[in-house]
Amino acid sequence: MKSPYMVLEHISFSYHNMQAETIALSDISFYVNKGEFIAIVGPSGCGKSTLLSIIAGLLTPEEGKITFPDMKDSSKPQIGYMLQHDHLFEWRNIYQNVTLGLDICKCKTSENLEYVNEMLKDYGLWQFRHKRPSELSGGMKQRAALIRTLALKPDLLLLDEPFSALDNQTRLYVSGDICQIIRKEKKTAILITHDLSEAISLSDRIILLTNRPAKIKSQIPVKLSVTERTPLKARSAPEFNDYFNLLWKELADEDQSRTICTTA
Amino acid sequence: MKTNQELFVQQHKKHHRMILILRILLIVCFLLLWEYAARKNYIDAFFFSSPSDVYHCFIQLYQENNLLNHIGVTLLETICSFFLVILLSLLVASILWHFDKAAEVLEPYLVVLNSLPKSALAPLFIVWLGTGIRTIIVAGISVAIFGAIISLYTAFKQTDPEKIKLITTLGGNKKQAFYLVVIPYNIPVIISNMKVNIGLALVGVIIGEFLAAKRGLGYLIIYGSQVFKLSMVITSIVILCIIAMLFYGGLQTLEHHYKKKV
Repeated sequence: MKSPYMVLEHISFSYHNMQAETIALSDISFYVNKGEFIAIVGPSGCGKSTLLSIIAGLLTPEEGKITFPDMKDSSKPQIGYMLQHDHLFEWRNIYQNVTLGLDICKCKTSENLEYVNEMLKDYGLWQFRHKRPSELSGGMKQRAALIRTLALKPDLLLLDEPFSALDNQTRLYVSGDICQIIRKEKKTAILITHDLSEAISLSDRIILLTNRPAKIKSQIPVKLSVTERTPLKARSAPEFNDYFNLLWKELADEDQSRTICTTA
Repeated sequence: MKTNQELFVQQHKKHHRMILILRILLIVCFLLLWEYAARKNYIDAFFFSSPSDVYHCFIQLYQENNLLNHIGVTLLETICSFFLVILLSLLVASILWHFDKAAEVLEPYLVVLNSLPKSALAPLFIVWLGTGIRTIIVAGISVAIFGAIISLYTAFKQTDPEKIKLITTLGGNKKQAFYLVVIPYNIPVIISNMKVNIGLALVGVIIGEFLAAKRGLGYLIIYGSQVFKLSMVITSIVILCIIAMLFYGGLQTLEHHYKKKV
């Protein structure tokens, strides 16, 4: 059997302050295969972003470990992280923004710049490269943010609700765009979202988290009988509603258990 | 027939012209009233001077007392202290931003030094550094520096943490986060800080000149009051007003230029 790309084992994490300890994650274990698109869904404030920060290496788990079986000598692959907002810098134009990562790693080689130029052309931002971020639409900004992340050629992409700041229509377009880009570039990706439809239409597998402290409630592989996985086409797949109802029920259970906990 | 856009532009321009005219009118009225009151002896021109006295005094100082030299000295001292304040405060605030612990340790000291009336230190500076231009520049710096450090450091600390996180996710270190995010993010704060500091530097320089100088506008003010030539005092004050206005205008232009660029 092929070994998975990334394995999380018994990850736990708490936040501390002078008053109390807040357990954010408790005993999270799962694996991710190469090229897989995972969606992590859970009640708001359950610790989804914390999990992503741990995978990205921004936080160190208090217990447990993350391994990449394919990597030699326990090194980490290049990880790309897309935040909730685009955070494009107003004092740089679009081109300077998307090459920010290359500036930081001091790797502005002609090869890397060529790759950036190609992406700008492919994803419809080439003629806007000298504009300021405020002159672009929300969707374009989010695409620019993705190119900024992809410019460093990450093997693993972490997406922290990158579409939540967009209005509904733009959101459908952009999430479709961005997921097609990710699939085309053959990246492994983990998407955090609280939007069930988005999770079903974009991902290969959904991991459902419980209320805080977050544990894994269930893992649901998503198989849709459509040829193209655009958000709109996926929504018209016959299985879509079944998945939706299943997820809805699981989350509703979670809500109920919280109500019982607080009233008890 | 004009379009609505043209009407708007026209009205906007009219509004600005109006404000400018009123501003000029205000100062002209004030000067006329002052002159009139002095001539009619409603106020004692010996104590309150008058615009024409100020003018004559200006000419006299220019011809006999080397006024330009006095103005030049004050300008030089102010500009030196201003730039040193900007440089030092940026440097110290950056260091504090990099080393949280140092900032935490130093915070109460900075607050105390900032609230201390700096004129209390001037006699010390005179003893330590003599009565030359150095003392005056140090006095100018001392008035502005601590407040500048505190406000710059506070602004640096309030930089959007998500933007700094972005740099981290792109593999950047703290130093890169500083010059890629913290500095450009805070340019407006740095400019408004400059506006405050140019005024404070001028205050410090004049205090210094009161106590320890043989040249400069502060010296002219003190000298004028001692020999009861109040026209000389008021002339110097008017010149100070003009200097402050020019500095402020310069910084305003800088700010405008920056806003246009972004």
